[in-house]
Amino acid sequence: MRIRRDKTLLMMTVPSIALLLVFNYAPLFGLATAFQDYDPLIGVWHSQWVGFDQFRQLFHDPQFWDSLKNTIYLSFVQLILFFPIPIVLALLLNTVLSMRVRNFIQSVVYLPHFFSWVLTITIFQQMLGGAGLLNQYLRSHDMSTWDIMTNPHTFALLVTGQAVWKEAGWGIIVFLAALAGINSELYEAAAADGAGRWRRMWHITLPGMRGVIVLMLVLRLGNALSVGFEQFLVQRDAVGHSSADVLDTFSFYYGITTNNYSYGAAAGLFKSVISLLLIWGANKLAHAFGEDGLYRK
Amino acid sequence: MTNTLTISPTRAGAAAQARHSRAGSARPPWEEQPTVVGRTVKGLTLTGVVAVVLVPIWIILVTSFSTPGAINRAGGLVIWPDGLTVEPYREMLSDPTVRTSLLVSLGITLIGTAVSMAVSVMCAYGLSRPRSFAHRFLLLLLIVTMFVNGGLIPTFLVVTDLGGYGKYWALILPSAVSVFNILVLRAFYSETSGELIDAARLDGAGDWRILWSVVLPTSRAVTAVVALFYAVGYWNAFFNVMLYMPTDSQKWPLQYVLLTYVNRGVGLPGSVNAGFGSVHAQTAPLSLQMAVVVLTLVPLLIVYPFVQKHFRTGVLTGAIKG
Repeated sequence: MRIRRDKTLLMMTVPSIALLLVFNYAPLFGLATAFQDYDPLIGVWHSQWVGFDQFRQLFHDPQFWDSLKNTIYLSFVQLILFFPIPIVLALLLNTVLSMRVRNFIQSVVYLPHFFSWVLTITIFQQMLGGAGLLNQYLRSHDMSTWDIMTNPHTFALLVTGQAVWKEAGWGIIVFLAALAGINSELYEAAAADGAGRWRRMWHITLPGMRGVIVLMLVLRLGNALSVGFEQFLVQRDAVGHSSADVLDTFSFYYGITTNNYSYGAAAGLFKSVISLLLIWGANKLAHAFGEDGLYRK
Repeated sequence: MTNTLTISPTRAGAAAQARHSRAGSARPPWEEQPTVVGRTVKGLTLTGVVAVVLVPIWIILVTSFSTPGAINRAGGLVIWPDGLTVEPYREMLSDPTVRTSLLVSLGITLIGTAVSMAVSVMCAYGLSRPRSFAHRFLLLLLIVTMFVNGGLIPTFLVVTDLGGYGKYWALILPSAVSVFNILVLRAFYSETSGELIDAARLDGAGDWRILWSVVLPTSRAVTAVVALFYAVGYWNAFFNVMLYMPTDSQKWPLQYVLLTYVNRGVGLPGSVNAGFGSVHAQTAPLSLQMAVVVLTLVPLLIVYPFVQKHFRTGVLTGAIKG
């Protein structure tokens, strides 16, 4: 019997599976609260079922529409301004011949990925905030100051800047891997045929990265509704909730901090369903491009 | 929910053979020499990129070691070392809230990483042997959680129902298993040579023994990187503190102290007239605030150089292949 033979292997997976069952699968049943008027004192078994009431209320809530709008807008700005940067950086870094210089640059640009959002935002605060380095300089040169950190109108650019600072360096890893996977004989052959630097990039490098680029794009689209939860949570008070609330923070503030659990759960469920549809749709798009996407056809 | 480099583990063979191209530092004979303009633009861009990361860290570091006089002369943040002192650090560490939070952070990070690693290494090995019983089903069970989850509130309710409110385990167990990390480990364990394992088995070694004496020693690099991922996740976490122990400042980890006292500008303990958590307390001197920032950075900067060299030795390309 295979089950007998593999019992040690099965035993080894038990702790992980148990933790996932408790903290990932059990909450799936907790989604039932979205269809209830959940009362924490009597629990999910005895709370009253209210059908789609929470959703009806949600769809009449201007705050909810604001946060949905913010989510889509912020996600769009990040997609346009963030996505190309790691690709360009990877292309640039790939042309650096000296391994020592390359390794040094890589070690430095990976570093911010390991900083927490609190730390990243504190660093931005110190550099660009009201009392930060930029304004310190402006003041000492008798120029008018400029508080970027609390301006709701430029918030989208600010958070994109933070995301680029923190994650763009880390993002180059996959593209570097894709670049390393391109057969160098192709370049040699192209050069022998008289193709210059830019032609080689266009006809060999970019097609070689195409699969990874499409895959990253699919993942990005699938996560479109999950733009920087912790990042916004930290900065929400400074710029005001009307421009900093996204679906995740909405679900936190109107669900947990006000004990209105069912309402928050309904907002969360709405987000999950749309996200799944987005992943599915983005994947279909990838297939249309002739790429694998997340899974094959 | 942190540090997941989002690469699909189900996609096979995406970027194979990472090793053989451009490994040397010589320019291949067919490649043309770069133009002066090209070389300058490239150099300036890359220097700029490196500076954007390093300069803020440098300024914060220098300010944290500066005397009040130096900070006054600079009008705030100090760019060049002027009057240096360790006084801000002494003062900050004499504060009980900061000291406790440092211990809490270290404790959570060490215990959490140990738990996560033990659980993940076992699971990854358990699923890495070809054609073992039910491994496809179990793998599916893992991967599903990457795409479908209950979300914030249902998870919060499960943890509080289990009595996690105000308990340290609520900061560890819900995030103890990272499926992504397990898949990274599994990809490497699957590559351990079958002959080596068969030989160990003939010598009478069981699966525990094989994992401990054969598989783990041959995959030290990936183990180190995954441990770093977990450790950084625990060290950086602050949202779950907000969820499960928002009011009890004696249980806060360092990141939450940083958030409250530095980012939110609430009076830092140690400053003049600062009552703990009192919104009206005077904000602490800049050097003291920057010392807290540096404190959150130090453990990372100590560990990072030892681990980061493994990023390049193919750990993450392996993850893509998985």
